[in-house]
Amino acid sequence: MNRRRFIKTGLIGGAVLAAGGAWVVWRDVRDADASSPPRDRIVETLTAVAPVLLAGALPADAAQRSAALASVTAGVKEVIAAFPPAVRDEVDDLFRLLDIRIVRQLLTGVAAPWRDADPAAVHAFLERWRWSRIALLQSGYFALHDLVLGAWYADESAWGMLGYAGPPKVE
Amino acid sequence: MLRDPIQEGLARGWQVIDAASLAQGQDYEADVCIVGTGAGGGVSAEMLTKAGLKVILVEEGPLKSSRDFRMKEADAYPQLYQESAARKTRDKSINILQGRCVGGSTTVNWTSSFRTPETTLAHWRTKQGLAAYTASALRPWFEAMEARLSIAPWQVPPNRNNALLSLGAEKLGIPWAAIRRNVSGCWNIGYCGMGCPTNAKQSMLVTTIPAALDAGATLLVNAQAVRLVRPDAAQGRATAHLEVTPRPGASTAGLRHRIRARHFVLAAGAIGSPALLLRSEAPDPHSVLGRRTFLHPTVISAALMADPVNAHAGAPQTIFSDHYLDTLPIDGPMGFKLEAPPLHPVIFATTMAGYGEQHAALMREFNHTHVQLALLRDGFHADSPGGRVMLRDDGSPVLDYPLTDFVFDGVRRAYLAMAEIQFAAGAKRVLPIHEHAGMYTSWQQARQGIGELSLKPLSTRIVSAHVMGGCAMSSDPRQGVVDGAGRHHQWGDVSVLDGSLFPTSIGANPQLSIYAIVARLASALASELTGKKPPATI
Ligand SMILES: Cc1cc2nc3c(=O)[nH]c(=O)nc-3n(C[C@H](O)[C@H](O)[C@H](O)COP(=O)(O)OP(=O)(O)OC[C@H]3O[C@@H](n4cnc5c(N)ncnc54)[C@H](O)[C@@H]3O)c2cc1C
Ligand code: SF4
Repeated sequence: MNRRRFIKTGLIGGAVLAAGGAWVVWRDVRDADASSPPRDRIVETLTAVAPVLLAGALPADAAQRSAALASVTAGVKEVIAAFPPAVRDEVDDLFRLLDIRIVRQLLTGVAAPWRDADPAAVHAFLERWRWSRIALLQSGYFALHDLVLGAWYADESAWGMLGYAGPPKVE
Repeated sequence: MLRDPIQEGLARGWQVIDAASLAQGQDYEADVCIVGTGAGGGVSAEMLTKAGLKVILVEEGPLKSSRDFRMKEADAYPQLYQESAARKTRDKSINILQGRCVGGSTTVNWTSSFRTPETTLAHWRTKQGLAAYTASALRPWFEAMEARLSIAPWQVPPNRNNALLSLGAEKLGIPWAAIRRNVSGCWNIGYCGMGCPTNAKQSMLVTTIPAALDAGATLLVNAQAVRLVRPDAAQGRATAHLEVTPRPGASTAGLRHRIRARHFVLAAGAIGSPALLLRSEAPDPHSVLGRRTFLHPTVISAALMADPVNAHAGAPQTIFSDHYLDTLPIDGPMGFKLEAPPLHPVIFATTMAGYGEQHAALMREFNHTHVQLALLRDGFHADSPGGRVMLRDDGSPVLDYPLTDFVFDGVRRAYLAMAEIQFAAGAKRVLPIHEHAGMYTSWQQARQGIGELSLKPLSTRIVSAHVMGGCAMSSDPRQGVVDGAGRHHQWGDVSVLDGSLFPTSIGANPQLSIYAIVARLASALASELTGKKPPATI
């Protein structure tokens, strides 16, 4: 496991070390890396984050809504898989960071596991990162923004809301 | 059924090799090896092959064709763009669009065609010692490429998104004009950015590359050029060779293939070409390699209109205004070119700031949204040194482009200019694409709001589809990687023939500048390598 790379990541470097949490982070990283098989960190995070980013855009019907969220998660994973390795590693680092309890608590203010997170707390986290003076946190917000909103509006089922009929027939 | 010229060519027996499917490391030999198949690589390939040289092309992206172009962003971005259309500068503050497929960025570009402005050429002549770059010397090459690529005035009325730019400009007395396009039999549907499904766009994919393949060139696809290995007599290597690896992710990615050639043409695009030289540890005694990379940093302004705009439909970018370029000295504060881009769901959703209910409300206005963009002319002032291409630990390139106050001064003027034109065109509300910007309901309000905006990296949304420079040409080796002929100052068997040549940005959409300048340089190179008269046109 590339624990070294993770520790090297600026995200942790700047913010958490400044918060004086170095040793806790180290322990948590070790634990997270040792958890096997690793949890699907993207699914975990998006379970809480996607509904807040997409509030007002998702279908009201419960079944349609969960199908929509599943499609968003699948779409995000597809996009990440298509990234070149160096970029994919950076995005993986972001989701790994968001998965580690103590780091999450320090940097996002969300203590609960994502599954149990209160939407208001998720909203507060997004606002905190969006306006953060720490460039790495702010770029983390933009990464989530672009991945999640991009994945949803790539999906044909989102187009009705836009009044977009899709591409014309070309034959 | 629409014709698919690529499938037809393959059926005729084109030499196309998928590097990902090669089971063993291979050795190839050619007179000329061209890296990249975009604007520069395509034109070079046709010229050099037709001059009788044995040419092999190396392209890191896939070979896709009209039958693959389904007009869906979800397919197009991962298949056809660098880093799934999410390439970012080092601090993540600028999103860079570049093609990564056969045809390079020309397969996905928006067809706007401009000759290199005379003010830009004059700057090159005086500042870079490029005396041969006169309008009259280039004219025959512009004419030849315009004929080759069917570049002509666009006769169809502009779509509403573009018409609003001319309407607003007209009201304010600002000059505007129609954009010429490289199309033949265009259906006016507006999906140029996802690969043209009708083959109307005269990209390299359907013009020069097929011509080169028909004339006997070989094309290696899904093949990443890793580095140039120098000749070494002691090691029994009379010529240099290029080391090539299948694209990452292929099961054969660990293999290395070698291409020996008398001459190498680097046309991997800005970022790609300097990165290849950096990986090859090319001599760089004056520390110029990768530096002075320019982007035309681009900012966006959205306007809500009462009537439908449907900016996704109809040819993109058919109207422009150079008013804010022409009224400023080229080496003064940053001027900008105004255009109206296409809008599609993913690009729109990721570009609009915010999230949740507020973002969803903007999305519902998709069909009523008119968008303008301002391309800032970088690289002409001492305070605009552009960016620098660097390598990550794994050898992949990343561009460091610091956003300075000099750039932000241009950004603010651009937001103001676009808002004023949009209100003049009847906008109900105007929203500069910036995290802190308000939704302004009048020009008065916009002027004040934009005046007070705090302009910082990241919260100011900046994009670029025009990467230029990084292997700057100059007659002076202290200022350039290559000379005025595109020849590497230290390595005589290497030429750079693509957008990375430019010592500044162009100050106009760059494709036609690349086609014409590369045609001229490739013609001279063909003559030199064959010892025959230079091919006059393409
Ligand atoms: C969405 C979009 C819209 C645009 N619209 C316009 C427009 O309307 N008008 C205009 O004038 N310009 C436009 N442009 C810009 C224009 O298309 C480019 O400036 C031009 O194509 C650049 O030519 P190039 O030869 O330098 O590089 P490219 O055309 O980008 O080609 C470079 C090629 O090299 C390949 N490559 C890179 N690295 C390697 C490697 N290591 N090994 C092998 N292959 C490699 C890439 O995959 C790519 O295919 C647009 C660009 C984009 C992305
Ligand atoms: S607008 Fe014309 S050139 Fe562009 S994709 Fe449609 S048919 Fe092709």
